[in-house]
Amino acid sequence: MGMRPVPPRRFASALIVAPAASLLLPAVAGADSPSTLEPKSNAAREIADLWWFMLIVATVVFAIVIALVFLAILRRRGRLGDRIAGRLGGNWLLAVGGVGVPIVILAVVFALTMATLPATAPSTQAEGGGVEIEVTARQWFWDVAYPEQEVVTANEIHVPVGEPVTVTVASTDVIHSFWVPQLNRKIDAIPGRENELSFTADEPGTYRGLCAEFCGLQHANMGFLVIAEAPDDFAAWIDDQQQPAAAPATAPQRRGEEVFMSKGCASCHTIAGTPADGNVGPDLTHLATRQTIAAATLENDRGELGGWVLDPQHIKAGAKMPGTDLSGPELQALLDYLQRLR
Amino acid sequence: MEATPTTSASSTAPAADEVLRPVWEQPSGIVSFLTSVDHKRIGVRYLVTATAFFLIAGVEALAMRTQLAVPRADVLTPEAFNEFFSMHGVTMIFLFVTPMLSGFGNYFVPLMVGARDMAFPRLNALSYWVFLASGLFIYSSFTVGQPPTAGWFNYTPLSSDEFSGAGIDFYNLGLIFLAISTTVGAVNFIVTIFKMRAPGMSMNRVPLFCWGVLVQAFAIIFALPALTAANLLLELQRTFDFHFFDPAAGGDPVLWQHLFWIFGHPDVYIIFLPAIGIVSSIVPVFSRRALVGHTWVIFATVAIGLLGFGVWVHHMFAVGLPQVTIAFFAGVSLAITIPSGIQIFAWLATMLRGRPVLKTPMLFIVGFIAVFVVGGVTGVMFAAIPFDQQITDSYFVVAHFHYVLMGGAVFPIFAAIYYWLPKISGKLLDERLGKTSFWLIFIGFNVTFFPMHISGLLGMPRRVYTYDGDLGWDSYNLLSTIGAFVLALGVLAIVANVIWSIYRGRPAGPDPWEANTLEWATPSPTPAYNFGVIPRVSSPDPNWDTADREADRRLAAEGELLLADEHQAIAASEVEGEPVRVMHMPEPSIWPLAVAVALSILFVGMITQVYLIAVLGALAALGAIAGWHRPHEELQNQ
Repeated sequence: MGMRPVPPRRFASALIVAPAASLLLPAVAGADSPSTLEPKSNAAREIADLWWFMLIVATVVFAIVIALVFLAILRRRGRLGDRIAGRLGGNWLLAVGGVGVPIVILAVVFALTMATLPATAPSTQAEGGGVEIEVTARQWFWDVAYPEQEVVTANEIHVPVGEPVTVTVASTDVIHSFWVPQLNRKIDAIPGRENELSFTADEPGTYRGLCAEFCGLQHANMGFLVIAEAPDDFAAWIDDQQQPAAAPATAPQRRGEEVFMSKGCASCHTIAGTPADGNVGPDLTHLATRQTIAAATLENDRGELGGWVLDPQHIKAGAKMPGTDLSGPELQALLDYLQRLR
Repeated sequence: MEATPTTSASSTAPAADEVLRPVWEQPSGIVSFLTSVDHKRIGVRYLVTATAFFLIAGVEALAMRTQLAVPRADVLTPEAFNEFFSMHGVTMIFLFVTPMLSGFGNYFVPLMVGARDMAFPRLNALSYWVFLASGLFIYSSFTVGQPPTAGWFNYTPLSSDEFSGAGIDFYNLGLIFLAISTTVGAVNFIVTIFKMRAPGMSMNRVPLFCWGVLVQAFAIIFALPALTAANLLLELQRTFDFHFFDPAAGGDPVLWQHLFWIFGHPDVYIIFLPAIGIVSSIVPVFSRRALVGHTWVIFATVAIGLLGFGVWVHHMFAVGLPQVTIAFFAGVSLAITIPSGIQIFAWLATMLRGRPVLKTPMLFIVGFIAVFVVGGVTGVMFAAIPFDQQITDSYFVVAHFHYVLMGGAVFPIFAAIYYWLPKISGKLLDERLGKTSFWLIFIGFNVTFFPMHISGLLGMPRRVYTYDGDLGWDSYNLLSTIGAFVLALGVLAIVANVIWSIYRGRPAGPDPWEANTLEWATPSPTPAYNFGVIPRVSSPDPNWDTADREADRRLAAEGELLLADEHQAIAASEVEGEPVRVMHMPEPSIWPLAVAVALSILFVGMITQVYLIAVLGALAALGAIAGWHRPHEELQNQ
């Protein structure tokens, strides 16, 4: 039977259009995007630079291969392209294209990799001025501790701009991974091990962190925030966090504290300065200062907080927090109390 | 395929057919179905079963893409999403792509090397039945509402009994069960390719698809035990309170990762090697020219198989291992690019030197080259350690490995369907529908997976069942979902084309593509005995050697050298491929099925933890193996 080729030009144009169409889409992300391409630290910038370099090399390699494919399928018999193709198609093409050029490219990539490693590795110098933070990943939130400053919080990490920060990452249950794309690479949180990661934030901002290793039912809802602020603001924040929880000042707040202590909340959560010392859920001592609740799943406002307290399983099925059957007044009092925890 | 051939092919003159057909052909019927050891029927079963698993896993993917189309969608519960992505991976890797390539291997390796069957036909039947049984075993987890939920990578401690349900037992036991099938299949391919070749087919003349299968089979034999060991240890921990991976008792969860990836990365090449063997088989046929750098490609195939064992730690760069360790594995991960590059340039050189004809199989190969190069260049990026650590476990990885695995293995599989199905069914597929299917798949594929590079760079982690709308990921996810449905439409077009061709397709004739390898020297469909006269081979492209094939035809017409005394085949020397002796191949047998059923009972006993059933199953399996090995009556008399 006869061999009739597809009209080659139509083939060629479509072969380009499909990938290019998706490339041309605006690669613009929202302001809150945890984009690796908008680095806010030296480490993340070096990685992004490595990416842009490799993207250029990759694009050139791809273009050459595709050009050869087009030359092979589009040329007309007897034309110039045909003669070029005939010359190209030999063993030497394998030697140059398959061995020679790749060795050069790979050597360069390896060298750049090695050169980028120091900036992204945990800082080894124990100089003063750095901040040390211990993060413990749990299903599905983050315990955060500043051992030197004796501060404990959750799901929100404050750091001073321009100062090196070293995070020690651990886990008490399954494997998680600590990732703030704009500040540095990720590092796994593995039970029985401690890993370290360092970064120095360039400028003030709120950077989203995520759990990057699948950790069960609510892996998707295990975010956190890194808030980089001027050193003075950071010092003020530390000061604030070192205080015990604000005592209830009004009758509804006092009633709310009673609800908290009597309805089981206290057996899972800690509020420093009160009898509540559970450690199943996140520390709530300064809950009201945080921007989000439920590990960056909800805005920390009264409505979301109320919905979360009543029916967390609807929002984050599988989380350890059970639903409550508080009466309307009890709930309002509890929210008054929780919003007092500044 | 029991249909009568419509055209008689070169090596099968009517005289030979009359003598050999009664010796080899089985009557159709249930007994024959259950006892057949014909590599072609087993191959077709593999292809059909693997395709069914492919479609199931595709539906799982579509459900996930629907859930992820918009932020905070409510299509799947988190639990269902986790079940689907776990089973999508398990199914595609273990129950579709390797068995599908095994199906082509079963059907075509013996034909391409000029043999009448696989070296161990009954073992071949066992391999299929165990594959089917273990696939059903794993999927039966859905019927008890407990599918695996810890991903195809099944990391501990998440997969320990403290954090996951019985789905993990289905995973562990099911994959141990399946490993029996994969291992005996690999042994069978190795022996077939070393010992069953036609006279004159020295190793340098072995078709490149068979080379791919050969190196793959060795990789399976060395890689799979690591996975089986990991599954065994984890199952002991889950069921009998051992502590291999339990840090509280001095175990280490990272041990699982090493064992899993010591298997897992070679597995990428286990999938990839036969697939590029398909590419190396199709490119010369549709370029009308022998492959440029044939020997280079053989060495590259072997090099990939070897280097594939030295790269597994690049899956673990974020674990916190020492820098010296990861630098070593980064180096090897870069080095493995070179043999892959050699292959790509060998195909390009062949296309440049020849006259490419863009029939549907070749269209899929050209699409493969474009897609695979994208997957290759992003693969190199993962050897750049800090970039890997930044981007691993993000959607960029999902994009990368779909370009490598779907692009690198499934595109060649689609090409192989269009290329080889006419040999299997005797009917041609529709070219227009074929080209439509290609464009739907090529465009759908790129629209699905290319945007995932970007969502990954924008910080979207893998395996999330939902995401917030303010993170810049939504438009890319919507695009991916749209692409997935276009891709699905393309796959349906292939299914429709295959079904249409079987009933309505034009007869293919023995050699519709004017191809270079020996399967095309038989009629379509190939008769049960494969070759009237075992062909003589004097080059890597034996079907283009018209004088040789003319000689076969002459012998067949004269009824010479038919080897028609029962199931006879030729054993060859390993390197030179010269005939050593005539062998008697086994007749149909019920024992492979009996062993598979007994093993199923054993594994049902294990999963239900009713160990009496397990013991009975084990005893039954031993009994069936004994029955299998009872000497043939005639041989006893000799």
